[in-house]
Amino acid sequence: MINSSLKNLSQMLTKKEISSVEMTQTFLDRINKYNPTINAYIALDTNKTLAQAKAADVRIANGTAEPLTGIPFAQKDIFCAKGWQTTCGSKMLANFVAPYDAHVITQFDNAGAVNLGKTNMDEFAMGSSNETSYFGGVKNPWDFDRVPGGSSGGSAAAVAARLCAAATGTDTGGSIRQPASLCGFTGLKPTYGLVSRYGMIAFASSLDQAGPMAKSAEDCALMMNVMTGFDERDSTSLNRPKEDYTRGLSNMQGAQPLKGLRIGLPKEYFADGLDANVAKVVQDAIAEYRKLGAETVDISLPNSQLSIPVYYVLAPAEASSNLSRYDGVRYGHRAAEYDDLMDMYMKSRAEGFGAEVKRRILIGTYVLSAGYYDAYYLKAQQIRRLIADDFTQAFKQCDVIMGPTAPSTAFKAGEKADDPVAMYLQDVYTIATNLAGLPGMSIPAGFSNGLPVGLQLMGNYFDEARMLDVAHAYQQVTDWHTLIPNLDKPNLVLPEGKV
Amino acid sequence: MALNITDIKRIAHLARLEISEQEANQTLTKLTGILSLIEQMQAVDTTGITPMSHSQDVVQRLREDVVTATNQREAFQANAPILGNGSAEKAVDNGLYLVPKVIE
Repeated sequence: MINSSLKNLSQMLTKKEISSVEMTQTFLDRINKYNPTINAYIALDTNKTLAQAKAADVRIANGTAEPLTGIPFAQKDIFCAKGWQTTCGSKMLANFVAPYDAHVITQFDNAGAVNLGKTNMDEFAMGSSNETSYFGGVKNPWDFDRVPGGSSGGSAAAVAARLCAAATGTDTGGSIRQPASLCGFTGLKPTYGLVSRYGMIAFASSLDQAGPMAKSAEDCALMMNVMTGFDERDSTSLNRPKEDYTRGLSNMQGAQPLKGLRIGLPKEYFADGLDANVAKVVQDAIAEYRKLGAETVDISLPNSQLSIPVYYVLAPAEASSNLSRYDGVRYGHRAAEYDDLMDMYMKSRAEGFGAEVKRRILIGTYVLSAGYYDAYYLKAQQIRRLIADDFTQAFKQCDVIMGPTAPSTAFKAGEKADDPVAMYLQDVYTIATNLAGLPGMSIPAGFSNGLPVGLQLMGNYFDEARMLDVAHAYQQVTDWHTLIPNLDKPNLVLPEGKV
Repeated sequence: MALNITDIKRIAHLARLEISEQEANQTLTKLTGILSLIEQMQAVDTTGITPMSHSQDVVQRLREDVVTATNQREAFQANAPILGNGSAEKAVDNGLYLVPKVIE
């Protein structure tokens, strides 16, 4: 059951082969068994979870079930969920119990989904390894010595280890896709503005976007149907007609379902810095796409190498502003001892934030400080336009862009923890789509030395349905997305021919 | 624009982050590395390029000037921090938040 698709789980529930309470308990049992080691979840509340499952069983019984009713999901701890501890991976919010629901949580609740718990993450979503979490690192289910990626590392490990049916994540510079690549599952960052940011704790507001992390493109499509939609409480939420993201999946049959599809291959994504084994896996996946009928086009995204410098101006600038709200006055950590108000602010913030968060606040404060605005912030916004324009040009020649998601497979815990610049380079292939506001996706494409490798798909604005079709077509003819780690024997040996 | 230790302390003060001498020194090394990464931007000619703040060209929505939110003071104040300085009570009193005296 733990490997079943969302569609199959839903069928099992509606056919009364299993109740939501039983299904939920199966996942809770797995969590009890494996979470003490993996540390994917940082808040569990069995009573709340099972109450939702019981309510779902009532809905199923009275015939008002929707596609996700009764299915247990994991929620990244960045989403406020009423009555749940909501920490964003920070000491600052270690005792914060959300007084309201994020829009994403409301959408899952309305769909009758069950919340299994809140997942671990890099502090305030700042990190690419989950090592900046106040609640400790997360083990990569494929190799417990390695990181799951970040910032949605807990959700990633929970999906890969089958400690949930699927999970939510957020992606500011790659935080859904890079962990999807490192843990071997399917993750989608939608077009900016499709999923409401209401109740999603802010990091860099012009880049933050929530999305699904799941076992397959089909599962992601079902979750997109629930997560997307206009919300007036988010000033950047886009008011568009509701879409059915599963509508094209059933057309992906036959010998060449992708005939006519033009795949753009940006030369900058296959240059220096890409691990040779990862490059090989990605090239093999692209070869598979040619067999499915797609043609490939060489393209260029000439300004893409500037996306990291631009990101590390814009994201910290926005973060320094967003995180100024944590002052120890109304909620969050307050220092135990302080003199005057200024001292209270300074000590509460110094104690409540971890090293990486402080670094980013300092960078953001510096680039926004008097005299430097034009040289840094304005300049970064101008180059952001150039990066977005590169994609506009590219999409005149192709329908979807493909390349690696991350430059390497999962690295060892501690390996990059003390070198922020090395850590930042993990997102070299994912950041550009955040800056442009475009959708990006990572799907399992194979393994290198026993560790998963992700293929990245980038689409034009609002082209998620086509990207999901394209991913689904590949998942019809390959089985990489069905392989799971052996949690009782982690540092695994893959089956013959799968290494 | 090379940073020095005085800059780090000034920025930390602007950001309202207490910083020790040792932390300031470590921070200087790390921030210098990050800023040298950022410096790559300066090689690009951006004359005449319109800055991009958001990916979608949409205008700020307006709404009717009516009360929509309900008062949830008690629920919100349940998350008030502990007062500190020897008190284990929440930093609230009569619906107000307690902070050190700021006006003599």
